[in-house]
Amino acid sequence: MKIAVCISQVPDTTTKVKIGSDGKSIDPSGVTFIINPYDEFAVEEALKLKEKQGGETFVLTLGKDSAKEVIRKAYAMGIEKGLLIKSETELDSYAVARNLADVLKDINADIILCGKQSIDFDNNQVGSLLAEMLGLPSISVVVGLTVEGNKVRAEREVEGGKEVVESTLPVVICAQRGLNEPRYPNLKGIMQAKSKPIEEKQPAYTQNKIEILSMSLPKPKPKGKIVGTDLSAVPELVRLLREEAKVI
Amino acid sequence: MSANFKGVDYFNIDALLSEEEKMIRETTRDFVNKEVIPIIEHHNQAMTFPKELIPQMAELGFFGPTLPAEYGGLGMNNVAYGLMMAELERGDSGLRSFASVQSGLVMYPIYTYGSEEQKKRWLPAMAKGEKIGCFGLTEPDYGSNPGGMITTAKKSDGGYILNGAKMWITNSPISDVAVVWAKLDGVVNGFLVERDFKGFSTPEMKGKLSLRASITGEIILQDVFVPEENRLPNVTGLKGPLSCLNQARYGIAWGVLGAAMECYVTALEYSLSRIQFDRPIAAFQITQEKLVWMLNEITKGQLMCYKLGRMKDEGTLKHTHVSMAKRNNCEFALTVCRMAREILGANGILDEYPVMRHANNLESVKTYEGTHEMHTLIIGEDITGIPAFRADEKSN
Repeated sequence: MKIAVCISQVPDTTTKVKIGSDGKSIDPSGVTFIINPYDEFAVEEALKLKEKQGGETFVLTLGKDSAKEVIRKAYAMGIEKGLLIKSETELDSYAVARNLADVLKDINADIILCGKQSIDFDNNQVGSLLAEMLGLPSISVVVGLTVEGNKVRAEREVEGGKEVVESTLPVVICAQRGLNEPRYPNLKGIMQAKSKPIEEKQPAYTQNKIEILSMSLPKPKPKGKIVGTDLSAVPELVRLLREEAKVI
Repeated sequence: MSANFKGVDYFNIDALLSEEEKMIRETTRDFVNKEVIPIIEHHNQAMTFPKELIPQMAELGFFGPTLPAEYGGLGMNNVAYGLMMAELERGDSGLRSFASVQSGLVMYPIYTYGSEEQKKRWLPAMAKGEKIGCFGLTEPDYGSNPGGMITTAKKSDGGYILNGAKMWITNSPISDVAVVWAKLDGVVNGFLVERDFKGFSTPEMKGKLSLRASITGEIILQDVFVPEENRLPNVTGLKGPLSCLNQARYGIAWGVLGAAMECYVTALEYSLSRIQFDRPIAAFQITQEKLVWMLNEITKGQLMCYKLGRMKDEGTLKHTHVSMAKRNNCEFALTVCRMAREILGANGILDEYPVMRHANNLESVKTYEGTHEMHTLIIGEDITGIPAFRADEKSN
């Protein structure tokens, strides 16, 4: 079984993001970058599939040279091969999907896994675009997956409940939290990751269809109001919640 | 308690680390956050070692990682090893002690002084956590002065007869093999004493108020027959055990940084959320002075360890360097833990917070593997040429 995983490098969730001087990008200084958490579920699922069914695993990412770090992380977890589509400029979801599709069309993977979204731009687009470009079915927001023979059964999170769907290989699966518990890369994997080669290629498509005009941080929260510290404050608190905040 | 611990790095020392070194630290950190911190207070109170973690620690590669792959190691460098030790000790000194003993005090001497058969038999099994080791040097009456040991080995048909007692032995009650140092015709030799050897017993030492999540015991040797093939063939004299201690001390110098960082982060978070006189206590100058002192000492300790590790990898490290780092870091780390306890006030004595446990643990860590005082005298001898602890002998 050929298993491909698309991963992306994103700022750590605990990083305080600052806007760059151009007003439309993120200032990368002081930002720790990590593998997109949803992609980590995809990597784990790929490893589990491989352990169960045999086969080979392959990750690809599009990003700057520093994105090799997430490939090494995937190697350390147990992925065998990796490719970096090296782009120094920020590409939009369409261009990213085009470049990934361009590589994947020659690989003939049985299953392509990715996170349901990356936590930096939150576009929720790449997985579905990729499936469309490759002419494959896609199943998104997946929290459970079984593959038997050619048949794929997936559990999806839907508003207020779960949905079980079926499809056939090849397929694109977009992972949601809850699909699995990603393993720690063990120290042996980390040591071996260093010597595994990372293939590099240039992006075939560099034309963005969407242009970022500006970025801004949310307004800081206004200071809270302390009405009092004992029971006598309750009537006033209720009044304010009803009349001022209008939440009750 | 910082299950979201992200490290303390005021001087951007991370920029000096390789990707691989950072990843090894991250894996250890995740393991400690997810597996150790949630259960460690319970083990500390119950005075039990979390044995259930051994298989996972082995699987992750925490035992003997600096040894070559053919003996179950990973060929890891010493900076990565140190970073790993700091994260383990951020969980608990008992956990770091367990790994230190297994790697530095048992696997190291077998690898360095053992026969090929001994290495093949023990090292891969110890790396997998299937066999646990302990190290028997200290005796009830010979602590700082191990050369005075009274445990003896006498030549016998096909091997040796060992007699004596060892004390303060981490892991001895759960060990499968003990590296025991005994005098054979007046010269210190190392022996691998196995669990099922007749006359070998390891009673647990009770009543500790420090390192409670670690098992400490004695080793009692009553006419224990040890076959010839279980003697470490490639070392005689005190330099054998002392070289092992040097490995363990190296791990301690790094390890205590973890305990100090955990206490500093806990104190910083607490001081920002604890309101007295209508302001967070972090707003008071006395609290700030304490926090700055803590961070300052941690930063100095990190830089010292970083250089120590690079020297160890280059082969330029002297044992006196290790003494200085062990001495300095244990001393300040203990003070950091106590200061954190002060900042947390009464809450600091509760097991809801890690500070009292770490402070208590470091009382042991400051003393074992060479007391603070002995390290002072080791460095003193190095710079003056005068051995203060051997009045009747010249330095060698």
